[in-house]
Amino acid sequence: MPQLTCQNLTLGYEGKTVVSDLSFVVNTGDYLCIVGENGSGKSTLMRAILKLKTPTSGQIVPSDGLTPNDIGYLPQQTVIQKDFPASVREVVRSGCLNRCGLRPMYNRAEKQMAEDNMQKLGVAPLARRCYRELSGGQQQRILLARALCAAQKILLLDEPVAGLDPKATADMYELIAKLNKDGITIIMISHDVAASVKFASHILHIGRQSALFVGTKEDYLKSDAGRVYAGAGGEK
Amino acid sequence: MTEIADKFVLYFQYPFVQYALIVGVLIALCSSLLGVTLVLKRFSFIGDGLSHVAFGAMAIAAAMNLTNNFLLVLPVTIICAILLLRTGQNAKIKGDAAIAMISVGTLAIGYLIMNVFSKSSNLAGDVCTTLFGSTSILTLTMTEVWLCVILSVLVIGVFLLFYHKIFAVTFDEDFSTATGVKAKVYNLILAVVIAVVIVLAMNLVGALLISALVIFPALSAMRVFKSFKAVTVCSLIVSVVCAALGLLISIIAGTPVGSTIVAVDIAGFFIFSMAGFITTKGLMRRG
Repeated sequence: MPQLTCQNLTLGYEGKTVVSDLSFVVNTGDYLCIVGENGSGKSTLMRAILKLKTPTSGQIVPSDGLTPNDIGYLPQQTVIQKDFPASVREVVRSGCLNRCGLRPMYNRAEKQMAEDNMQKLGVAPLARRCYRELSGGQQQRILLARALCAAQKILLLDEPVAGLDPKATADMYELIAKLNKDGITIIMISHDVAASVKFASHILHIGRQSALFVGTKEDYLKSDAGRVYAGAGGEK
Repeated sequence: MTEIADKFVLYFQYPFVQYALIVGVLIALCSSLLGVTLVLKRFSFIGDGLSHVAFGAMAIAAAMNLTNNFLLVLPVTIICAILLLRTGQNAKIKGDAAIAMISVGTLAIGYLIMNVFSKSSNLAGDVCTTLFGSTSILTLTMTEVWLCVILSVLVIGVFLLFYHKIFAVTFDEDFSTATGVKAKVYNLILAVVIAVVIVLAMNLVGALLISALVIFPALSAMRVFKSFKAVTVCSLIVSVVCAALGLLISIIAGTPVGSTIVAVDIAGFFIFSMAGFITTKGLMRRG
């Protein structure tokens, strides 16, 4: 069942086109990896899906009862967060904010939801700790818990393993795969083609300006683009 | 000791001392509420920039012989605050440059206008008074006190009402916007509140020292506390205590009000830095 359809999408900054005429469909339960070189427009595409950026032309159509509030987001860490005094619980709860509207405080259900998601991602024991003092892997889990508080249907992940050590990277991929098995659609930007092919069900490979490949992982490995990029790192 | 106590009792019988204390504590409270957010948003200097805008507006108000310069200063400052905070990350002139430009520009224009139109013979004194604050907090009228009380209540109300939103938007604006929180609206509200607080604070410590009032309590609290709530509450207490203490010292010792308060704030910062250093060291030894 299609959840998100991108039709003839063209994206750019100040008249410069970054991505042109991109079309693809994300189905419920898919695990889509967006790969491509630096500057190919992966992040721009993600910002467009999140409505942080208006496309130059084309459109992104949600279906299957999807509302903008159903899309969760795991952004890359910002400079501000490096010295931000915030407890883990405060960060996770802030994911519930899109349900609050004008209500100034979180209600009991939202607080419970934050606790459940911390439990689910194994960060509940850290609830009272300071976010900035934790390891990169722990911080990513906390932000993932926050994203789950915000939305339960689609998760957009922007290079979730950037800067993590190998152990934390492996844990993070396992966790994302588990969430996907639980029925959450995953859209992930990644530099790590080897891991993308290992975990994803679908691959979107963006080249300079246009899509080099859109389709299932199996087809990707057989395609020209897949052979060049996944090459050594693909199925062993 | 009893001599000082007697002096306090004597001074507190004067309404102007009572007014000064009420207004001082309220302004310290408001500025510390916003200080945490501003420092974290890398907008520490917005206080300085906006205070110069307010200075420029005050100069114009003085030249136009407006009796109540609040009416001109407040809207002008609010507009500049919105312009600064709205430009955001995609602006052609980035945040720090924009603040520097507005700050220096309005300061120069303000001084120019004062120089050309001022009827006062003591121009340097006037400028000094506007910039560094003066005894103006000791000459407050009942109306000004009430105005300050009402605005403070509004600021505190807005902060309490939007506390969680302010936290979320400060911590991660992109995430908030992406998940359907109206980050732009909250940034706008924040900009207005900041402008109001700065215009208020100019009465107490003067334009140049507002930044200190915004930054020091927040930084002090961040040395020791680890959660947003604890930091906010702590910076509020530090700010109020320092302001009250500074005011009392300045009355007793006859020192300038603004600089005395800031000196007390600096002392507070050192105490908290020490406390933070000791607690982290203790933690490291244990862990």
